[in-house]
Amino acid sequence: MSFLGKLTLESIPYHEPIIMVTLAVVAVIGVIIAALITKYKKWGVLWNDWFTSVDHKRLGIMYIVLALVMLIRGFSDAIMMRTQQALAINGAAGYLPPEHYDQIFTAHGVIMIIFMAMPFMIGLMNLVVPLQIGARDVAFPFLNNLSFWLTASGAVLINISLGLGEFAKTGWVAYPPLSELSFSPGVGVDYYIWALQISGIGTTLTGVNFIATVLKMRAPGMKLMQMPIFTWTCTWANILIVASFPILTAVLAMLTLDRYLGFHFFTNAGGGNAMMYINLFWAWGHPEVYILILPAFGIFSEVISTFTSKRLFGYKSMVWASGAISILGFIVWLHHFFTMGSSANVNAFFGVMTMVIAVPTGVKLFNWLFTIYRGRLRLTVPVLWTLGFMTTFTIGGMTGVLLAVPGADYVLHNSLFLIAHFHNTIIGGAVFGYLAGFAYWFPKAMGFKLNERLGKAAFWCWQVGFYVAFMPLYVLGFLGMTRRISHTDNPDWNFWIYFAAVGAFIIFAGIILQFVQLYVSFRDREQNLDTTGDPWNGHTLEWSTSSPPQFYNFAKDPHVSDIDCFTDMKEKGEAYQRHDNYEPIHMPKNTASGILMAIGITAAGFAAIWHILWLAIVGMLGAFVVFLFRAYSNDHDYYVQPDEVAKIENTHLDKVARGLI
Amino acid sequence: MSQVDTLDSHSSADLMASVKSYLVGFIMSVVLTAIPFWAVITHHFDTPITLALVLVTAIVQIVVHLKYFLHLDFSEEGKLNTFSFLFTALIIVMVVGLSVWIIYAANDLMM
Amino acid sequence: MSIAIRADLDLAHTGEPLANRDEHHDTSDNTLLGFWLYLMTDCILFASVFATYAVLYMNTDGGVSGKDIFELNFVLIETAALLVSSITFGFALICAKHQKRAATLIWLLITFALGCAFIGMEIYEFHHLIEQGNGPQRSAFLSSFFALVGMHGLHVTAGLIWMAIMMLEVVKTGLNKRSITRLSCLSLFWHFLDIVWICVFTVVYLLGAM
Repeated sequence: MSFLGKLTLESIPYHEPIIMVTLAVVAVIGVIIAALITKYKKWGVLWNDWFTSVDHKRLGIMYIVLALVMLIRGFSDAIMMRTQQALAINGAAGYLPPEHYDQIFTAHGVIMIIFMAMPFMIGLMNLVVPLQIGARDVAFPFLNNLSFWLTASGAVLINISLGLGEFAKTGWVAYPPLSELSFSPGVGVDYYIWALQISGIGTTLTGVNFIATVLKMRAPGMKLMQMPIFTWTCTWANILIVASFPILTAVLAMLTLDRYLGFHFFTNAGGGNAMMYINLFWAWGHPEVYILILPAFGIFSEVISTFTSKRLFGYKSMVWASGAISILGFIVWLHHFFTMGSSANVNAFFGVMTMVIAVPTGVKLFNWLFTIYRGRLRLTVPVLWTLGFMTTFTIGGMTGVLLAVPGADYVLHNSLFLIAHFHNTIIGGAVFGYLAGFAYWFPKAMGFKLNERLGKAAFWCWQVGFYVAFMPLYVLGFLGMTRRISHTDNPDWNFWIYFAAVGAFIIFAGIILQFVQLYVSFRDREQNLDTTGDPWNGHTLEWSTSSPPQFYNFAKDPHVSDIDCFTDMKEKGEAYQRHDNYEPIHMPKNTASGILMAIGITAAGFAAIWHILWLAIVGMLGAFVVFLFRAYSNDHDYYVQPDEVAKIENTHLDKVARGLI
Repeated sequence: MSQVDTLDSHSSADLMASVKSYLVGFIMSVVLTAIPFWAVITHHFDTPITLALVLVTAIVQIVVHLKYFLHLDFSEEGKLNTFSFLFTALIIVMVVGLSVWIIYAANDLMM
Repeated sequence: MSIAIRADLDLAHTGEPLANRDEHHDTSDNTLLGFWLYLMTDCILFASVFATYAVLYMNTDGGVSGKDIFELNFVLIETAALLVSSITFGFALICAKHQKRAATLIWLLITFALGCAFIGMEIYEFHHLIEQGNGPQRSAFLSSFFALVGMHGLHVTAGLIWMAIMMLEVVKTGLNKRSITRLSCLSLFWHFLDIVWICVFTVVYLLGAM
């Protein structure tokens, strides 16, 4: 082994013009951003106020920025796949060679699930949950910062794979024996393993952190069954994270042992059993989709009850339905591999369980409908996303129940019908939910509202584009087209393949409109300022703070006696009260330990991918030393003095008074 | 969690009570370890009985450790830990049990 | 009750009056719950590897099976070392809570020695197996055996490193609130590894040797 392990100059894909152009564009954008930051002297702000911040609101925003950046990356992959398939019909080769195409569909899946949807969900959770329960921060603020940087570390590794070496060509599930060393000797699968492993550990820590937060940090008086519904669905998602991500950690570690040390867990030789990988992967993978969807359900519930100005119908049944989904979500995973051919009893059990899970989901849909019933629904952007979700997700749910029939699954397994189904639920469910949450809580996070017209235009492009892009895939599935095909030679499919490509471009327009919306809203922010902190007449505690909230969230602990706590306060006239006796507020200090540890771990992950032993040791030791320094420093916290609190609060309350008139 | 809250209890009676609780747990553990090892090493019983004995003593010993060493209980402070453990145990039973069922059933069909 | 005690401690610790409830929240109670939740994730990590062992233990690929290689007397001594280390750690924690620094350190040292003995025996067992050509590369059974027992061993090793750091901390800064909270976390970790070991000796060694 040389000094740099397997890494040589040949690892850079010079011969791939598409990749080199992409890298050039990324480099140019990077230089422009760096130049702008330098010009406006923002490096200090970026480091002191953001990268080292332990403030859950800032971490939430950074998570969402990461998610949006990775959305662009993942969506570029999607557009490339759709155009490749549209060009490579009737036996034509298209513009992407197969080994490149294979990396693209793998990267698309991994990025969209792990580095787009998860950070988006966790970002919204960070932003909102502590505010909703009336807490000043999460239980472990430093750990929260570290979790973010571990997620970012995985994202960095996966992006390095674009310009150095290759990414996995195995599909996002990386099934062995294909992902074993004998069939994938390159570094692609290693990038996959370490990107997922590092970000997965970050996610596990987030789960632990937020469970401790809701159990220990609730405002005085708030019972568990008085937590806002979004907090509840996030709590169930966190319980699922804590219970399922270790399975991913374990199965990836075993694949690592196979590839690096010649173990025989999943190999063909030596008595290994590849099905055990698939089994454990989905024992994580299925709860994972509920981790993505449950918080989205919470967002829809908040949006519907806010914009109908009604209390959510069936709060308790909503909480328990989420719980039922969480538990049932752990006993349905085999439906991802009915065709492995376990016994009829096994397939029947998992098929029935899968159908049962549609029941609590149905309960939720009826709850939303009953909340709307006789309410005055304001058709704002978040509500549009919610209505779009209710129709789209129902279709996705029904095709899911269809796939839950093992007999039908044998016909449709790995066909484009499946692809259509899970995009139907993940885009129509999770992504629509996050975008609803984005529009709903944007004023809270940034202090001004988003442009409604552009938001609606973006929604309609997404909604129409989604149907145009994915309904043809159901048809193609029935026509026998399987997933992950780089070129086709079946005239019956051509029309539908073109159809789907058009849909992808309509969604593209939706994404562009969303970025335009961000730009326009920022440009016109003075007209759309949210001075009261309560732009939608909200029900829950986050709306009782200023927009954006003060760094300490609440000057005084709110006292909670109702689910819709802020509505309760407004009705009793307890909102916006001035106090003259504030107490010192105890706050955690920002710290560079999180990002420094993540840098060490990223270096170690990169070294592991390229077999650079010394760098792996240096990276891990570096991270450990930073951790020890952090553990033995006494400089963690400080107090905000009452007069400062009073000054900040009075300025805000003056603004509120002007805004309310 | 009763463990950290005892900083104030300097009394020697308290100390003796804690020591006694650990000793009780320790003695039970020793017995519950010795029985299965003895049964397997000496082949004193038939295989099914040994199997049952080994599994039962293991489960009882886990409960003993949880109670006397990890101090799980249903008190106001301890119940969060206890419930999170019970939930974890449920997940483990489901994941391990169903995994074994799935793979063994598939193996049977491949014989 | 417990909050009142911690409030006193805070007064003693920081010399400042209690500002608000965040003060209590940001203390050992949260840390211990968070650490316990982390241990639950560790439980599931071990459970996944146990499940893998359960489906692979018969896949010996013509090589040795558990019956051929397990020495129960050896395992019994390993178990004894770990079990005794459990109660010695318990004594260390009791002493720590009663501010008996010297006794705490002695009990920690004994625990540390017992842990080292356990790890030493495990390394000897692994080395012995690999020398005879029964390393983890030999078969799926041996892969899962080494991974499962090795993962427990790595945890114990991590516990030992942590214990060494804690002994230094107790020597340097004494038994303050922070070090006692950390010792309590380590205690949870150490006793938790005991429970995992019960599962290991039952499922791997005893059932394997039957």
